[in-house]
Order: sequence, then C-alpha cells, then structure tokens
Amino acid sequence: MISKIKFGVVVFPGSNCDHDAYHVAKHVMGHEAEFLWHKETDLRNSDVIVLPGGFSYGDYLRTGAIARFSPIMNEVVNFADNGGVVIGICNGFQILCEAGLLPGVLLRNRSLLFSCKRVHLRVEHINSRFTGECTTGDVLRIPIAHGEGNYFAEADVLQSIEDNQQVLFRYCDGSGNITDEANPNGSINNIAGIMNKNGNVMGMMPHPERACEPELGSTDGRKVFESIIHNVVLQTA
Amino acid sequence: MYQSTITIKLRTSILDVQGKAVELGIHTLGMKEVQHIRIGKSIEMTIDVSSEDEAKRITEESCKKLLANPVMEDFSYTIQKV
Repeated sequence: MISKIKFGVVVFPGSNCDHDAYHVAKHVMGHEAEFLWHKETDLRNSDVIVLPGGFSYGDYLRTGAIARFSPIMNEVVNFADNGGVVIGICNGFQILCEAGLLPGVLLRNRSLLFSCKRVHLRVEHINSRFTGECTTGDVLRIPIAHGEGNYFAEADVLQSIEDNQQVLFRYCDGSGNITDEANPNGSINNIAGIMNKNGNVMGMMPHPERACEPELGSTDGRKVFESIIHNVVLQTA
Repeated sequence: MYQSTITIKLRTSILDVQGKAVELGIHTLGMKEVQHIRIGKSIEMTIDVSSEDEAKRITEESCKKLLANPVMEDFSYTIQKV
C-alpha cells in the first residue's frame, strides 16, 4: 500500500490559490505536491490534479474560457477521461465547466458584488471520492471569494445532475437548512459543488484549502482533502 | 477581406443582473420609460478570406468554440466587405 499520494497543482497565469493548495496537500496533509505550469504537457505521475482558484488569463472573455486552451488542459482532460481524480476550486470550477468536464456554468453573482466571506455548506451525500470522510448532512464552514459563482444549468441538465446525485455541497444556514438567505450568489438549488457523472471530477466555488488549519478559523476543508486521499490510497492499494 | 461584428448576450432565459442594475440607474435618472436592458459584448474582427460564406463559417465557428458559451449566451453577427 502506498503511503503518500501526489497532488499536481496546475498554475495558470493569474492563478492565486495555487500555493494554498500546494501548502495544504504537502504541509498540512503530509502528502506530495508539485506545481504544473500550464504550458507543460506532462502531469508528472500526479494521482490527483488540482485546478486552483484565481483569475486565470485575467478572466478575459469569460471566467475560465481561455484557460481551457492551455496545453496542459489536453492532458487534464485525458487524465479525467481515464478516471483520474480532478478537483477544481473556484476559478478551477469555472475552468472545468468551460472545458466541458462538468455540466453548467458560473454566472455573475446576483448581487453583482465580489463576495468574500465564510459560508456554510451541507454535504449532500458521502458516496463520492470527495466526501467519503464526511457524514451525510454535515455542515462545513468554508470561505468563498468570488464574483462569478452563481451556478446555472438548463432545466433538463439540472434534473439529471440532481437525479444522478452529482450535487455534493449546497449553501445552507448554520443548522443545515437550505434557504435563499444562505445562498450567497444566487446559485440554482443552492448548488456550491458538483461532480461529474463518473464521480472522478469535482468542482466547488468555496475554498476548502483555506479552511484546513485552526489559525484560519476552520479545519472543515480538511474533510474534502482527507476524502480524496483516503479514496486514492484505497484505489491504488 | 471581411469584417465581422459579433454581439454576444446572455440568453433570454437567464436573468441579466447587470442589465437590471443599470436599468435601476436609468430609472433613478428619471427615464422611467426604459425597460428590458440587456448587457452584452461586442467583438469585431477582420477575416482574410475571399468569400463572404467563408467569413461567415469562420465567424460562426469562433463563436461556437470560444467567443460565446452556448449554455448561457446567444450570439449574432453582421459581415461587411472591407
């Protein structure tokens, strides 16, 4: 059984949460991590690919629209198509939607404001590679920091996402109630994070990597990383 | 050589929150008659081809593959010989 897995953190021009993800993977979780420059075409045997938050290509045209043409994205798509685990956080989620690896799109926040605060997320189910270390209904306290996090999908796509249990996290109040007041950006069905149909690609607007140490006010984000690590370790055992 | 002028707007089924905010501003200025503001992008590009059909094909392909996201946006364009 392997003792350490390797996180490959993709760095786009404009990524700004790459170091946070690297730090958590390597120094908090104690696993291996490596930066992968967006012009590279080799994932260097990474077990998990992280598309971090930030403003890739200055958010020009649409958030994530240009980043998906970076050379490394061909490899990320191949990796995902072959069952590799990919997680996109914030701008990474937007890139995954633009690249067609996840359904739907992230629109401007309904307030039109950039929103930077701690929110509560309800874990919808634990039958996933990303939530296995949670319990169903867990309420996680994790920060958001985005201007375009308003998740939207057409009615038929939304229905299929819900039917297939692809929604992993929803914005909720402190007690786990899904309310409009607890929805920070207008996301349809309070969706904060989803996975693909195959369950190996996940995107979420909140930043679990910013909630992994007590100094930052919450360690709930660790559950996401612990789930991924536990799953990958089991799969490669 | 042709020039295309492309207009990209949020699909009508999607609430344009930016348009709504601007509408509120216009109403505050006293122009209450103004309604249904939708905000979009205008993109111009010249295309070095000899036929209008080819210019249209390239314009549509660039819109479908990059300039617009069909999940949330519609596009329209005009083409002019330059």
